[in-house]
Amino acid sequence: MSTPTIAVSGLSYRYPDGTEALRGVDLHIHPGERVALLGPNGAGKTTLVLHMNGIHMPQTGTVAVSGLTLTRETLMEVRRRVGVVFQDPDDQLFMPTVWEDVAFGPQNLGLQGDALHTRVTTALDAVEVADLAQRPPNHLSFGQKRRVAIAGVLAMEPQILVFDEPTSNLDPASRRELTIILQGLGITQLIVTHDLPYALELCQRAIVIDRGEIVADGPTAVLLGDDTLMRAHRLELPFGFRLDPA
Amino acid sequence: MAGGHVHALYRHGDTRLHRLPPHTKIVAAFGFVFAVVATPREAVWAFGLYAAVIVVLATYARLGVRFVATRMVVEVPFLIVALLLPFVAGGDTVSVAGVELSHEGLWDMWNILAKATLGLASSIVLAGTTQIPELLRGFDTLRVPRIVTAIMGFMVRYLDVVLGEMRRMRIGMQSRAYNPTWIGQLRPYATSIGSLFVRSYERGERVYLAMASRGYAGHMPAATTDHATAGVWVGVLAVPVLAWAIAIAAIGVA
Repeated sequence: MSTPTIAVSGLSYRYPDGTEALRGVDLHIHPGERVALLGPNGAGKTTLVLHMNGIHMPQTGTVAVSGLTLTRETLMEVRRRVGVVFQDPDDQLFMPTVWEDVAFGPQNLGLQGDALHTRVTTALDAVEVADLAQRPPNHLSFGQKRRVAIAGVLAMEPQILVFDEPTSNLDPASRRELTIILQGLGITQLIVTHDLPYALELCQRAIVIDRGEIVADGPTAVLLGDDTLMRAHRLELPFGFRLDPA
Repeated sequence: MAGGHVHALYRHGDTRLHRLPPHTKIVAAFGFVFAVVATPREAVWAFGLYAAVIVVLATYARLGVRFVATRMVVEVPFLIVALLLPFVAGGDTVSVAGVELSHEGLWDMWNILAKATLGLASSIVLAGTTQIPELLRGFDTLRVPRIVTAIMGFMVRYLDVVLGEMRRMRIGMQSRAYNPTWIGQLRPYATSIGSLFVRSYERGERVYLAMASRGYAGHMPAATTDHATAGVWVGVLAVPVLAWAIAIAAIGVA
């Protein structure tokens, strides 16, 4: 079996105020998978994500990315391998122009000249925003900002992309365009979302987390079809939404 | 969120002035302003020539009278202070329409009025023909410390975001019938500024997380810089050189 892109084992985390955010989480994501991470508010989704690129360091347990265990020494390489797209693109687009913003990560990796240029162009093309390169981020629409934020992360050439609520605040058309882009990226993805139809559309596999523990892991359609499980963890499909019988 | 108007100082155009490398324009503008400041106030003719230079540049850049005039309004509070000087300064007085005005005060007023107006007008021409990211790149090319230009960049970038939050908070307050009519009712406004500060602080932390996630380790990446040919420099520097010629002539006459 291949080395998992993400291997989390026995991960627990307690916030300074004593709140237990993660309790013995075990999780494997394999190359090429697109996995949805579901759970109610406050379940520990974001805390788990922040462990995957070393913003939080494990208090107990381990996190490994493509075989590389997260430690203080491997922090920079782990951050390169795990690209996190945050919920509010305004938090992520901090440079004066789109181009400079996308170049920020590669420059931190030491790229310059033609190599930098190619890296930035490739990332902008992948999310179809090459024409926005010289624009300041504050002049973009919300959907454009989200795509540029993804380009900034893609430019790091990560091994896995982690999205925190990628569809929040997007209108249906932008949401659909984003779907097409994510499907075309050909890179391992973990999608944290409350948007269950989106999870179903994009991800074969889903993981449900609640109160810091993984409570279910399986095919998305099966999990979403399990009424008891869904109700127990405050997950609800939108009104009128029906699952096709598998 | 709707795009804001941080670029309100910029006039979209494609004149040669717009296309010049930004750092050359910054040098020229600073050189021009220093010449204006160094000119003795008695050399009224020199200020007339400076004004002519600005008018020529603004016309060349197609900025338009209205564009420049509306942006000059920011000067008004300073002018009000200047206008008080003839009334409060001491020394010899002259009678103007029956009012005794300080001779020295009148010259002081003129000095501030002329120099502030010309300085502001030249910065309007600079900002009107140079987009903010270009200005930042210009400062980088001039080797202003990277940390300073980075801070300026963040400020410009998040001004819009913070103003947007402020606007939404105000709409939120007004939607719940908040309509202050006397000063005691300003308290909610004051507290909203406090929470705006806290929100901005929290955003700062999130921005830092996003930077750290993309490999930021305490140093901003090297900035992109521009290069200007000798020919471009000669053309651009003609403006401050002309201004300094005027200033030196004025100093000589005085």
